[in-house]
Amino acid sequence: MAMAEGHTLGDRMPRKEDGRFIRGRGHYVDDVRLPGMLHSAILRSPFAHARINGVDVSAALELPGVHAVITGKDLDEQGLAWMPTLAGDTQAVLATDKVRFQGQEVAFVVADDRYVAQDALELIEVDYEPLDPVVDSRKALDEGAPVIRDDKEGKEDNFIFFWDAGDKEATEKAFEEAEVTVRQEMFYPRIHPAPMETCGAVADYDVSTGEMTIYMTSQAPHAHRTLFAIVSGLPEHQIRIISPDIGGGFGNKVPIYPGYVCAAVASLVLGRPVKWMESRSENLMSTSFARDYHMVGEIAANKDGKILGIRSTILANHGAFDAHAQPGEQYPTGFFPIFTSCYDVPAAYAEATGVYTNRAPGGIAYRCSFRVTEAIYLTERTMDVLADELGMDPVELRRKNFVKKEQMPFVSVMGWEYDGGDYEGALQEALRIAGYEELLEEQKKAREEGRIMGIGVTTFTEIVGAGPGKKCHIAGIEMFDAAELRVHPTGKAILKLGVKSQGQGHETTFAQIVAGELGIPAENVEVREGDTDNTPFGLGTYGSRSTPVCGAATAVVTRKVREKAKKIAAHLLEAAEGDIEYEGGRFFVKGSPDRAKTMDEVAFAAYTNVPEGEEAGLEGVTYYDPPEMTYPFGAYLCVVEIDKGTGQVEVKRFIAVDDCGVRINPTIVDGQVHGGLAQGIGTALMEVIDFDEEGNHLNSSFMDYLIPTSMEVPKYELGEFVTPSTHHPLGARGVAESPTVGSPSTVVNAVVDALSPYGVRNIDMPLTPARIWELLREHGVEA
Amino acid sequence: MQVPARFEYEVAGTVGEAVELLERYGEGAYLLAGGHSLIPMMKLRLAVPEVVIDISGLDDELRYIEEDDGALRIGALARHRELLESPVVRERYTLLADAEAMIADPLVRNMGTVGGAVANADPAEDLPAAFVALDSEVVARGPDGERTVHIDDLHVGPYQTSLEHGEVLTEVRVPRAPQASAYSKVKRRVGDYASAAVGVALNMSGGEIEDIRIGMCGVGSRTLRARGAEEALRGQSPGPEAYGRAGDVAAEECDPIEDAKGTVPYKRDLVRVLVGRTVATAVERAAGQGVER
Amino acid sequence: MKIAVNVNGEKHEADVEARLLLVHFVREILGLTGTHWGCDTSNCGACTVFLDGEPVKSCTVFAVRANSHEVTTIEGIWSGTELTPVQEGFHVEHGLQCGFCTPGVIMTATAFLERNPDPTEEEIREAISGNLCRCTGYENIVKAVQWAAKNGRTQEVGA
Repeated sequence: MAMAEGHTLGDRMPRKEDGRFIRGRGHYVDDVRLPGMLHSAILRSPFAHARINGVDVSAALELPGVHAVITGKDLDEQGLAWMPTLAGDTQAVLATDKVRFQGQEVAFVVADDRYVAQDALELIEVDYEPLDPVVDSRKALDEGAPVIRDDKEGKEDNFIFFWDAGDKEATEKAFEEAEVTVRQEMFYPRIHPAPMETCGAVADYDVSTGEMTIYMTSQAPHAHRTLFAIVSGLPEHQIRIISPDIGGGFGNKVPIYPGYVCAAVASLVLGRPVKWMESRSENLMSTSFARDYHMVGEIAANKDGKILGIRSTILANHGAFDAHAQPGEQYPTGFFPIFTSCYDVPAAYAEATGVYTNRAPGGIAYRCSFRVTEAIYLTERTMDVLADELGMDPVELRRKNFVKKEQMPFVSVMGWEYDGGDYEGALQEALRIAGYEELLEEQKKAREEGRIMGIGVTTFTEIVGAGPGKKCHIAGIEMFDAAELRVHPTGKAILKLGVKSQGQGHETTFAQIVAGELGIPAENVEVREGDTDNTPFGLGTYGSRSTPVCGAATAVVTRKVREKAKKIAAHLLEAAEGDIEYEGGRFFVKGSPDRAKTMDEVAFAAYTNVPEGEEAGLEGVTYYDPPEMTYPFGAYLCVVEIDKGTGQVEVKRFIAVDDCGVRINPTIVDGQVHGGLAQGIGTALMEVIDFDEEGNHLNSSFMDYLIPTSMEVPKYELGEFVTPSTHHPLGARGVAESPTVGSPSTVVNAVVDALSPYGVRNIDMPLTPARIWELLREHGVEA
Repeated sequence: MQVPARFEYEVAGTVGEAVELLERYGEGAYLLAGGHSLIPMMKLRLAVPEVVIDISGLDDELRYIEEDDGALRIGALARHRELLESPVVRERYTLLADAEAMIADPLVRNMGTVGGAVANADPAEDLPAAFVALDSEVVARGPDGERTVHIDDLHVGPYQTSLEHGEVLTEVRVPRAPQASAYSKVKRRVGDYASAAVGVALNMSGGEIEDIRIGMCGVGSRTLRARGAEEALRGQSPGPEAYGRAGDVAAEECDPIEDAKGTVPYKRDLVRVLVGRTVATAVERAAGQGVER
Repeated sequence: MKIAVNVNGEKHEADVEARLLLVHFVREILGLTGTHWGCDTSNCGACTVFLDGEPVKSCTVFAVRANSHEVTTIEGIWSGTELTPVQEGFHVEHGLQCGFCTPGVIMTATAFLERNPDPTEEEIREAISGNLCRCTGYENIVKAVQWAAKNGRTQEVGA
């Protein structure tokens, strides 16, 4: 529904923010240049596990151009050597007693420029005493395993937590009584969000005012400011965090990293701005990784495919510090409990053990919706194993178990209330786009010709939009979000948000929301995010929460403003407020549509002709506490072909039907899906962070951590499905993580399908050519 | 590390000057051509030259692709992209174009040079393997003048050539065009080095493979020549049986190591498969039917 | 070493260390921050500029190498008033999200279309395969280049 002079909600509006990026005028953290600014570099541990017997920075200090070298000991004197993590643990800012993962921060050099800072690193002498590392989570709880967190009083093992959810007994009973049970061990390897822009900050402490301004690659500037205040003791009102343009987040820019803290400390001490920008290898080695879950998926079912119970067991590798962003202490596995997904499962149980290893800290990242990627992978892979066991078409098996749309809103056995879902409908659309019957024929023919072709399917619902304040919080802060709208006298507006785009197009989509509710063209709504000084407090952008929570806040605040606008219109039209109706930016008297005032006229009047008893101005702020999460869903299908000789897998087609409710900007939704599918294909086929037995990181550059280029992904075939959310003010849900949630299992299911005639039932990611080759030859398939 | 350590920088105005500078500065001086092998190593501080001698400006002397008297002469500063796009290369030395299409990425190919690739002697570098298949020679100029080294004698170890420190590789020469050629490479992604790669050049006669040379990379501590596989194919009628035998021999002739790309058995099998496929492609091209570049 | 580099049509003189990378010369010395730095191993292409009209990875070129040569950055490929078809195409086809890879891809695509004004999709994918993008999945980048190919080569289109 295009407006006379501009765009509104639902339009495929070209983005307002593009202008600066296509001209090279984006303003990223590394573009920040302040007078007197210094640069920094971090010395990192070459060992995965070692005692530090001494750090000698004297030679580094003597290098011309070096201003300071901060060590763990220096920070310790200020009580800053350790900081709290988002998971309630502690993490070393700079190592003091030991280093606990390869790449851990040991010293922070501040110098005139980046080059000198790098030179200085080579002059720092550290007396390391290597210790045996434990790198494999399956060995972390072994008798006699090296204890990593001996900094914790009385800690004698590497155990972090045990968690469970669901009904253990009912699930056990289901498994006892089932006609068929399947069990599949699988590993979701460690991977990395690897946004194109690495992490960094410019800390600028103004000695004369006591104000600390930090330009930071932050997906959550307000939360980060509060955490900084708590950790540093600097008064919160004197900290300003500015998250400017961010070159991709994907969860990588949610944690607080030692580099940020060191830059702030250095700026405080030196009284000059200090920039810290990490390199790509630092990003891959030390910032928040994702996944690293050993899982067992089990399904109990009847012979006809009706599921009686799902059970999952997880071994969670959290690295050396438990630093992942969990949405509350009751969610140490995030929203993994969504794993019953779009199926009507009568009994389910999940348990997890979290352990420390000598690896980098983190875990919840890379577009995971707080571990939904792991949950859906587990369920969808185990579904295919069940289908194989039953000799059933995987599509039929899923259909048989879908929650039906008539059951909405559906409360799952794990306690989630789904806000809508037509899983059968979405699947049918995916099958239609794919031409499923023709594909099955094609596969038959391919097999006769000796070609290895596979078809894989995934259906899922996921859970986004954290979240209701009574359930969800980050470091104690409830996960509401906020929007502040002000309409100017000439009818334009400014909207300030508590979230922070890293490429999701908020400057466009959120303006479209205002346009939809108030009739001000999206072109005329300026959107501001990222500066804690001039935006309302919000929890930031990750977990696909911006549209569900802040989009709702925006709709609600715009409606509030609309209510006041109605009052003003009534005043201008000399009518009773109750007689005023609104439509498409016009306020008119009920029954007399030509007695009307435009939004522009009302806006002007808010400042020039204020009704009796009303305040001037036309604005509002809303802090929105979502009543529930939202549950986007999808049906994906993938076609692969495998080269018998080399093991190479080609993704020939990828069909994705997504339902994220009402689409604010369908083009942007499509773009989010494209990006997530590429990441999911990368995850399935080539991305991995591996370690050797010494704890050496084997994938610390883009030569070794492989992300897809334009040549490794197909042209995507997208389908659209719209089932409005039952509770969201706009009927919208989040979408950006659906593609990373749904695509890895789709690809793996396709490859397993391709190899199933040879007896293959499971393969762990990444499905590298070498791994596929092993399986082929193991099962007697020659080139 | 992300940026190089300090070094002295000299610009050579002629090849002769480059030779002089190499002699003057000794072992700590490295030549810089396209820089896309050297500079990444310097940024990681795995290469720490005391002096860098920049020869990238010597286009007049060193940047050409010419056919003279049936011989292909490639100046050391010819770019990867130029080799890929050269009509004479695509038509008569097709495996070079095959290989170039799979070397690095289009941006790297704009700067990287043929001479750099051959002189760097990375055991996973494609061009050396392709030149082995082409029975090439390289021309080097040193303090004692110019000499020619056959490609079979050039790559002696990982990142080691038989050239003296003071010599500048100026040209790669292919004495005569093969009847047909082809190059195949298995890599995990664009820009990745070869998990295994094979280059084949051959001449047919009377329906049989009269003469054949096979180069391999990524499967040994240096560029390899599959002499045994060649032997198994010389004088044979082309066909799956012959290719199979040759592939088996080549698989045993190479010496891969296990790494993230795969195990030793995997890489050997890649060689087996690639030899078969690449010889088949070359034979098809010789027959004039089909697999176009 | 004293160098003089023509950048975006203007001569710039500076005294730099030989090891200074061209990407840092452009960003730090000249303040042209549109060219970005995204990796350590010459893979990502966010640093793509033209060196004598050829797109190259400026993180793998020394600034001294550009002495007496011409460098063009994202800031210099358009007139300053009217966008090029490639820039316009990226906007129209939603070929960018976070924008970090965008200047590099625009440079590569611009040079590519000058040599190959009527490319197939396969050729476009191949041409941009040295530029990594983490946001778009490449689909709309390809569409953006196709749009530019269809809507004018080096002609400029209204902003």
